[in-house]
Amino acid sequence: MTASAPARQLPAAASSAPLPSLLTTGLARGRVELRTFFRERETVVFIFALPAVLLVLLGSIFGGQSALTPGVTVGQLFVAGMIAGGIMSTSFQYLGIGIAVERDTGMLKRLYGTPMPHTAYFVGKIVQVFVCMIAEITLLMIMGVAFYHLQLPSSAGRWWTFAWVCVLGCAACSLLGIAVSSLPRSARSASPMITLPFLVLEFISGVFIPFTSVPPWLQRVAAVFPLKWMAQGLRSAFLPPGAAVLEPAHSWEHGKMALVLAAWVAAGLVLCVRTFRWQSRHR
Amino acid sequence: MGTDTAVRVSGLRKRYGDTTAVDGVDLEISRGEVFALLGPNGAGKTTTVEILEGFRPRDEGIAEVLGEDPGRAGRSWRARIGIVLQLASTGPELTVREMIAHFASFYPRPRDPDELIELVGLTEKAGARLRTLSGGQARRVDVALGIVGRPELLFLDEPTTGFDPQARRQFWDLVRQLAADGATIVLTTHYLEEAEALAGRLAVLAGGQVVALGEPAEIGGADRPARVSWDTPDGRRSVQTATPTATVAELARQADGEIPGLTVTRPTLEDAYLELIGDSR
Repeated sequence: MTASAPARQLPAAASSAPLPSLLTTGLARGRVELRTFFRERETVVFIFALPAVLLVLLGSIFGGQSALTPGVTVGQLFVAGMIAGGIMSTSFQYLGIGIAVERDTGMLKRLYGTPMPHTAYFVGKIVQVFVCMIAEITLLMIMGVAFYHLQLPSSAGRWWTFAWVCVLGCAACSLLGIAVSSLPRSARSASPMITLPFLVLEFISGVFIPFTSVPPWLQRVAAVFPLKWMAQGLRSAFLPPGAAVLEPAHSWEHGKMALVLAAWVAAGLVLCVRTFRWQSRHR
Repeated sequence: MGTDTAVRVSGLRKRYGDTTAVDGVDLEISRGEVFALLGPNGAGKTTTVEILEGFRPRDEGIAEVLGEDPGRAGRSWRARIGIVLQLASTGPELTVREMIAHFASFYPRPRDPDELIELVGLTEKAGARLRTLSGGQARRVDVALGIVGRPELLFLDEPTTGFDPQARRQFWDLVRQLAADGATIVLTTHYLEEAEALAGRLAVLAGGQVVALGEPAEIGGADRPARVSWDTPDGRRSVQTATPTATVAELARQADGEIPGLTVTRPTLEDAYLELIGDSR
């Protein structure tokens, strides 16, 4: 205690020092978020590794099936769908469960009681979700290329489609995850409450089974939510152009896709602003 | 409001549905004071403190903490107060040092994490994950997180609930040390012993109201009436009086030599406290 010794005698002097910036505190949150994500066995297994495990399972069971259209394999469909599922897993599912736990254990209240800018908490979440999403996508893409005939986007335009679908989808799912984190009454109930709707969406949105095999009325239900559009957008980036005939509309519907995802971003943002709480109501 | 005042509360009210948790509380706490809010569970202590900490909005009344309204105060105000929360034991997957260093990064002039860890007696556990700590060790982390920003005003809500007697004494020493360094301390407790050991002044809360306010020795009235008792041939007699000396002198004059079975007792703080919180139930 040499450099800071005078401050101890005069606690009032603390108010004259500048507060740490949003950037500093936001990055500090991001580091802690990433560190805890990869230290917690539950998140690494359940959020990060599960999509890869499911890809291997589904790919092994159905991947050998013959192509539906020349140049398209079922394995390719699964990789594109599973990347969409992986994005939703690292954003919606992780944030929904993680924030519910942080709220129930009082971590949010604890942070609220400090001079941390409130935005820094969300900056930390963005950093964490973005890094985990990129790692997840990379892992699934490597597996796809190595085992399931996945072809990387063949043009700059297709890379651009890939990028905006990932970012817009991730933003929509993240905001929805933050919003649904207010629903569970306790940390214990968070995982089942948030995983169930996510699993249902994965089944009806073309992640676990090809979207063409989903009954039309369920296809219409799925079309309300972001996951179906994310999977479709990723198919449009990875699959040969001819594969568009497999879609219900026989086209990739990029305009509608962008509109639905942007609408969910807007709705999610409004929901978050209106429902986010730093303290548990149930304590 | 003078600069010597740390906390000023006037006519504070908070309702939850039909229940009035805080029902017209007035308090003034000076800088450098160790002030206790004492009362049974449900007396309104925690609600009062949470309003002062800026965690809860109030329905009515004035609240000023370090010169600002806690319902509107910003980051620079937060940097001047410290809050020791009583939280669930499950924290993030971080070590003691990582957690404390992380929270230090939010403050303009934080304490050195390693020195703080030593101050709260966790040096041996600095590299241990939070979830592996015992209850008492976890509470020390809570305290460290509350004081990491060198607060001018520290809130302690039921700080030693669940402590064994030895841990409680160690914690009290730590609080005294912080007070000696000049911090204002506001603590809630339902342990009379704790309020008496730490606080220079205390308020007894019951039913959302302050039923007594003053130094621990004054609670129940600075001159709590004494009880003078003695034996008579018809049985034991006793009187309550504010002037026991005069009573005894009078008895001595009447008695022939020793007064049989004479006792003079004053109610303890505990008697006074139990009477206070009993009255308002």
